[in-house]
Amino acid sequence: MRFVDEFRQPELISKAAEEIRRLADPGRHYRMMEVCGGHTHAIYRFGLKDVLPSNLELIHGPGCPVCVLPMGRIDDGLAVARQPDVIFAAFGDMMRVPGTQGSPLEHKARGMDVRIVYSPADALKLARTNPDKHVLFFAIGFETTAPSTALTILRAKAEGIKNFSVFCNHVTIIPAIRAILDSPDMRLDAFIGPGHVSTVIGCRPYEWIAQNERKPIVVCGFEPVDLLQSIVMLLRQLKAGEAKVENQYKRVVPWEGNRAALRAMSEVFQLRSYFEWRGLGFISQSALRIRDEYAEWDTEQRFSVPGVRVTDPKAAQCGEVLKGVLKPHQCKLFGQECTPEHPIGALMVSSEGSCAAYYNYEHRKMATANILIQTA
Amino acid sequence: MSGESENTELLGACRMCLAIPGKIIEIASDNPESALIDVVGVRRRVDLGLLQDDPPVPGDWVLIHVGFAMSKISEQDAIEQMETLKMLGESDAALQEVSGYSLDDSYKLKVSK
Repeated sequence: MRFVDEFRQPELISKAAEEIRRLADPGRHYRMMEVCGGHTHAIYRFGLKDVLPSNLELIHGPGCPVCVLPMGRIDDGLAVARQPDVIFAAFGDMMRVPGTQGSPLEHKARGMDVRIVYSPADALKLARTNPDKHVLFFAIGFETTAPSTALTILRAKAEGIKNFSVFCNHVTIIPAIRAILDSPDMRLDAFIGPGHVSTVIGCRPYEWIAQNERKPIVVCGFEPVDLLQSIVMLLRQLKAGEAKVENQYKRVVPWEGNRAALRAMSEVFQLRSYFEWRGLGFISQSALRIRDEYAEWDTEQRFSVPGVRVTDPKAAQCGEVLKGVLKPHQCKLFGQECTPEHPIGALMVSSEGSCAAYYNYEHRKMATANILIQTA
Repeated sequence: MSGESENTELLGACRMCLAIPGKIIEIASDNPESALIDVVGVRRRVDLGLLQDDPPVPGDWVLIHVGFAMSKISEQDAIEQMETLKMLGESDAALQEVSGYSLDDSYKLKVSK
């Protein structure tokens, strides 16, 4: 039972689980969406679903940046990198994500100069040390990583580094939540709000969800106790007929966010009029592009980008899973053609994708139940 | 090249989403936005530019995302965050990530006693 031993605060876990059972009205079915892929991963890893009452359902949201990136964007980035003397730099997360002609890692095996970087600053450093090459940084992520990309572009400008550009795929979380709420086949009671995105944007941007949509939202940390306490806070609001934004992750998330990070983002980026999300389609004002003032560091303005559009394989039901209409194992390809070793859809590629999380952690489902028995 | 890794086993971990706690050891004398940080013994340069409104000082703890300090946290929260990463099975990925930050070659990987 090594896994069970890894839990901290088992008493708090069982106390929160008891409180959830006490608060949940047995005559009601609750659907709560965790927006962030990190929460999806944690929920499966800790087997939290098994301590929740059967009438409380967690829906996995769109907050895994790798999962929502359309395949055509990978093809576009790799098409530019096929030109001579270009280095394709990206986070490790991107390396196994399939494009129509293979993943970045497969392109590397075929001779493309592909480098894994841990930071956009590392990509800029590659440009410094390879002055005869052009370094394309394949930028991806929500507001957690976008400020670092922005600051890296500002640093490139300050240093006058010209052989560096960013292929910007940064997306913003609020329009995705809005798209999900607007989706006709979606019924949700409450949101578990993202943790680290909120470090940057703060809690205010969620207020419309509470005020206009009348849905409670609690910004939440990543420990089992955090998730269970957030569910308790959401149930208390639902029971009282309230809808407000609460911050369970106060130890890290300031209500106002990180203003310096937001300034760097607004200096370098502007909203795209629309952007395609895998599984959700085109969402207006949901992604960032580089402002014309920084065109010199924008791959899309410096190079001719083909603008590839790829429709997902018909049999793959990533969109339905992404919107929470289907559970991962209900997809026809799950665990058969599509596995973490051979992913067909993007939800299987990242460990935070709900399909990979479901696949990897399903067998752990009794772990949390056991700890509750032990501490009862 | 320290910024690269061929460890395919860990390629699946969502590294860009990791928040890694580190302690500020010293701030570069020639660059107030570049700090040497310590993550359970691994030392690396980290960019402090996103904390310019409330700059940390040596001894402070920060949460690091993709090589940039994003928020100041307490020591207790830093310890708890490292525990969380362990529970999530992400502490190895976190350390590998920190080892990969190559913002400044003058600070090669150092492991404290």
